[in-house]
Amino acid sequence: MNGDPMSSDSAHFTVLQRALHWLMAIGILAMLFIGVGMVSTVAPKYLPLVETHKTLGIAILVLALFRLAVRFIYGSPPLPASMPAPMKLAAHLSHYGLYALMIGMPLIGWAMLSAGAYPVVLYGGIRLPAILPQSDQLHALLWQAHVYLAFAFFALILMHLAAGLFHALIRRDGVFESMSPLPAGTRPETTPAE
Amino acid sequence: MAQSPRPTSRAAIGSLVLIAGVVAVGAGAFAYTGGFLSPERLTPPKLVAALAPPGGPALGHRRNHAKGICFTGVFRSNGQGAALSRAPMLAVGDYPVVGRFNLGTPDPSAPDATVRVRGLGLQITAGGQVWRAAMIDPPFFPVATPDAFYALLEAGHSKQPDAMKNFVAAHPELPAFGAWAGSAPYMASYAEDQFNSLNAFIFTDAAGAAHAVRWSYKPEAQPQPLSKDDFAKLGPDHLETEIAERVAGAPQRWTLVLTVAEPGDPTADPSKAWPEGRRTVEAGTLVVEKVEDERDGPCRDINFDPTLLPDGISVSDDPFPAARSAAYARSYNLRTAEWKDYPYQAPAGAAPQAKQP
Ligand code: HEM
Ligand code: HEM
Ligand code: HEM
Repeated sequence: MNGDPMSSDSAHFTVLQRALHWLMAIGILAMLFIGVGMVSTVAPKYLPLVETHKTLGIAILVLALFRLAVRFIYGSPPLPASMPAPMKLAAHLSHYGLYALMIGMPLIGWAMLSAGAYPVVLYGGIRLPAILPQSDQLHALLWQAHVYLAFAFFALILMHLAAGLFHALIRRDGVFESMSPLPAGTRPETTPAE
Repeated sequence: MAQSPRPTSRAAIGSLVLIAGVVAVGAGAFAYTGGFLSPERLTPPKLVAALAPPGGPALGHRRNHAKGICFTGVFRSNGQGAALSRAPMLAVGDYPVVGRFNLGTPDPSAPDATVRVRGLGLQITAGGQVWRAAMIDPPFFPVATPDAFYALLEAGHSKQPDAMKNFVAAHPELPAFGAWAGSAPYMASYAEDQFNSLNAFIFTDAAGAAHAVRWSYKPEAQPQPLSKDDFAKLGPDHLETEIAERVAGAPQRWTLVLTVAEPGDPTADPSKAWPEGRRTVEAGTLVVEKVEDERDGPCRDINFDPTLLPDGISVSDDPFPAARSAAYARSYNLRTAEWKDYPYQAPAGAAPQAKQP
């Protein structure tokens, strides 16, 4: 059952959703590191880093939109009844935030370059059209948004990671397993007590 | 939902420590990558800050080459350049350009004769692609690497009496530039200056063959070389007034000359001119048709980043274009964020503080 990307049981995200989650987690963490790495160097690697940043960022935009559609179709497993209401609320709000940033950050990056009258050229010479007219005020606003939201994104991911591990190691309530990178069948659902 | 037994409290503390450790390692790796833990790393903010004059940068303006004037016109390609590069603007045709004549100073109101280096920012558009470039009039760059350029700026700011002497001792390439700066005449007009790429780029032709190229825009106007003193007598803003009047009278022209490296020529070091006798190709003519003030002209909000290149032209092993791209982006980010400080559509001659958002 779990091998079928189109089916989920009540306890797990579909295989497709889990594959997207972990693929994009790697991609987004790479984006954040490339981002802060490239703006802090003047070495020749600056240019390939910027090109990778733009290309991977647009790939993440496409994947995030696809992932959102998948989410609407297949939904998500319910959080365990044992979770206190404020914790559930925090989980839901942080997931909205993560989706908003996965879609918002690349759009802001693209819009920022457009407002700066820069050509938007990706790996392989793929050229994207401008999505905003040139404007220094918009460029300034979007630049600041891209930088501050990037740091907020990283902080949110760290919290999300801590929460995921908290579920996995301490609460052991199946929330981590619902998104586990391994197919649900191959790992024990319950961990023996110490 | 499957629920496993909760861990004992000791195991739980161990897990919490583990989680805190994972988060701390993640945050630390991020801070390290961003250079927050490495104050010695040469970053774009440091490089750009080093350009500022002692009184601080002119807010809202370019952090270098701050004094300038916009122009528009065409690049009339004769098709000869296609032998070296498949860039669309090197195929026969007329392509629109926007550019900027400028002075190599961080001070937008520096008197013309106090500035030794003059520059040309240029964007040629063809087939949805752009070729941006920023060139200067000396025949070579003062130093061999971006790090050395930063060290030169720092030595210039230093209060240590022998900072410059020490710099020159470590950078034997600098005196050649000093000799040029001390002896080259001052031209009476931007229209008489030759502008050089100095950096080498790789041109790739239609067959895929690569050629290392430096280029120059050579003026058609007859040069009127002046001494510094005679040039100073023309007035503090002579160059801008003159080029506006001259172009209003007739379009001004420069020939694009591509110079092809031979094996062994120093492509990675713009402080070294290539030997005479290299193959050159005249690829076309830059025709400047209209000059406009920077404050409401089309060049102000353009970053003439020399790495924004069309298909068929790419960076070489010269480390400067990447460093310049990083620094120009920083300068562009700062000056657009300071839009409130720029004297926007203020009428010509108005005080800089008369700004209008
Ligand atoms: C770049 C990083 C990441 C992003 C953008 C991200 C994003 C998301 C989003 C949006 C959801 C909600 C799924 C949905 O409702 O459709 C989610 C769920 C989840 N994520 Fe991540 N994630 C990231 C990294 C991680 C990491 C490193 C872990 C490891 C602990 C993790 C563990 C989980 C778990 C366990 C869930 C399931 C929560 C639930 O059942 O509601 N994520 N993630
Ligand atoms: C998931 C998506 C993205 C993330 C997480 C992300 C993250 C970042 C980060 C962390 C920085 C460094 C900020 C700083 O410290 O100054 C940055 C800078 C930048 N990003 Fe992104 N980015 C994303 C998408 C994009 C896209 C799609 C583009 C363009 C198409 C883009 C263009 C840029 C540019 C040009 C800069 C350099 C800004 C500057 O000049 O300082 N980004 N990004
Ligand atoms: C590492 C070395 C260099 C640094 C840090 C540097 C820095 C800068 C900065 C910050 C600007 C303002 C950019 C903007 O706000 O749009 C600028 C403009 C300019 N630079 Fe450089 N530069 C370097 C090397 C060069 C070289 C090698 C050349 C010529 C061959 C050059 C020619 C110019 C010109 C012509 C402009 C004015 C472009 C315009 O009109 O916008 N620079 N430079």
